Amino acid sequence: MKCQRCQENEATVHYTQVLNGQKTEIHLCEQCAEQEGYMDFSNDNMSIHQLLTSMFPFDQNVNQQQSVSPKHQLACDRCGTTYQQFRKRGKFGCSNCYHAFEAYLNPIFRRVHSGNTKHVGKIPKRVGGNLHKQRELEQLQAKLQQLINDEAFEDAAQVRDQIRKLKEELQENQDGDA
Amino acid sequence: MSLQNFINDAISPWMNTEGLDNDIVLSSRIRLARNFEQVSFPTSGDQEALSKVLEYMQQEFDQQSYKDFKQLQLVKMKDLKPVEKRVLVEKHLISPSLAEKDETGAALISKSEQASIMINEEDHLRIQLYYPGFELSEALNKAQELDDWFEEKIRFAFDENRGYLTSCPTNAGTGLRASVMMHLPALAMTNQINNLIPEINKLGLVVRGIYGEGSEAQGQLYQISNQMTLGKSEEDIVEDLKSVVKQVIENERRAREWIMEQLGIQLEDRIFRSYGILANSRIIQSKEAAKCLSDVRLGIDLGLIKDVSKTILNELMVLTQPAFLQQYANKHYHQMSAMYSVLI
Repeated sequence: MKCQRCQENEATVHYTQVLNGQKTEIHLCEQCAEQEGYMDFSNDNMSIHQLLTSMFPFDQNVNQQQSVSPKHQLACDRCGTTYQQFRKRGKFGCSNCYHAFEAYLNPIFRRVHSGNTKHVGKIPKRVGGNLHKQRELEQLQAKLQQLINDEAFEDAAQVRDQIRKLKEELQENQDGDA
Repeated sequence: MSLQNFINDAISPWMNTEGLDNDIVLSSRIRLARNFEQVSFPTSGDQEALSKVLEYMQQEFDQQSYKDFKQLQLVKMKDLKPVEKRVLVEKHLISPSLAEKDETGAALISKSEQASIMINEEDHLRIQLYYPGFELSEALNKAQELDDWFEEKIRFAFDENRGYLTSCPTNAGTGLRASVMMHLPALAMTNQINNLIPEINKLGLVVRGIYGEGSEAQGQLYQISNQMTLGKSEEDIVEDLKSVVKQVIENERRAREWIMEQLGIQLEDRIFRSYGILANSRIIQSKEAAKCLSDVRLGIDLGLIKDVSKTILNELMVLTQPAFLQQYANKHYHQMSAMYSVLI
């Protein structure tokens, strides 16, 4: 079997990951595995989370290129962490790294969070305003659908009115911002 | 309240209270990871910035009280002796990696030891809440309250799409790790645990032995926690974990009934042998102590042993750890790794 990354050498490193019933197999030659951080067992504490972070996916488009791609030269303009360092350690250097490496993060989040890339939980009060309302709107829309499915039309009508009101408020706020 | 209580008492005050389903679920834990917006994460190793975080936390929160959490006390790693740090690790008040952060690591611990906020571990703040028994929702509510309280003063790193920003992408979003510590002796005895663990893993949850990541299960104690932190609300994460834990509880109860019926005298023999060893031995290894304690606790839960307190397992699990024993015996053990420990 040929290495998935360089397509040249024989694949000698085989990774199998089963997450939520989905199986992913990765086959690499030793050199590529090392470059992608799959051979890095030097960390003294091998934790489950470190294991997970070491299983970041590959970008198919770097397959054909040699080690220095624009992505690997990328660095956070606040703390100086490079994309390569991030990939190797599996840790961001500061909150700005999330913005600096934004273009490459979705596949990583998808892999470690069962396909999810977007936060739907708590929002700090200071962020407030429209984001809270937007979230509420999404919840109400889901509720409306459920009520319609259950044929609870009276309740559904109430929820529909709530949605209408919330949409108007959101519209007003957006006009105000503009 | 002084630092000495945190170190001298084996059992945290909260462990003495009874929780739901506490014949199987010993404790529930909620952890929230939070970071200061404008400061490099602890993983960057920027000591100056981290010292400022520590200084700020000391100034604003040391000796403060908030609702149920009285007299939060800031304990700095650099002020502790190695054995004292290990005791805090064994009591789960701090993590092993925080214990290594001698310069800037600290913990803000409430009087009841129910809340422990680790400072400058992998993230600036790790808010941890412990509850006895199966009380995940309650623990989540309290953790959220503490988070709101901190948020009044601190601007946490937050992004609309990625949620709370953390050092490790595996914690981003809610920053929430919810876990329960379960005593599953009957599932272990009937070997069902080996089938159950992969099933639970498939649901996106992690099962592991109690003393931290990667270690083998001591005394049939297992921790089950969520793995995913992004894309689900805090409440949903906790509800999903709860529904799995409920099923594990039912399975364990059924297995306990089965072993009572099927093993009868053999089970009683095993339990009372363990009781005998604990009551009469003079030298015992931590590992053997853990096994015997598990048997005795099962004996109490099955009504076979009547005159011993339920919390004995929680207490002795900590008491029989090497650092605590060393602290207790107040003398130096040269060969810690040999783990021969004297049980009182």
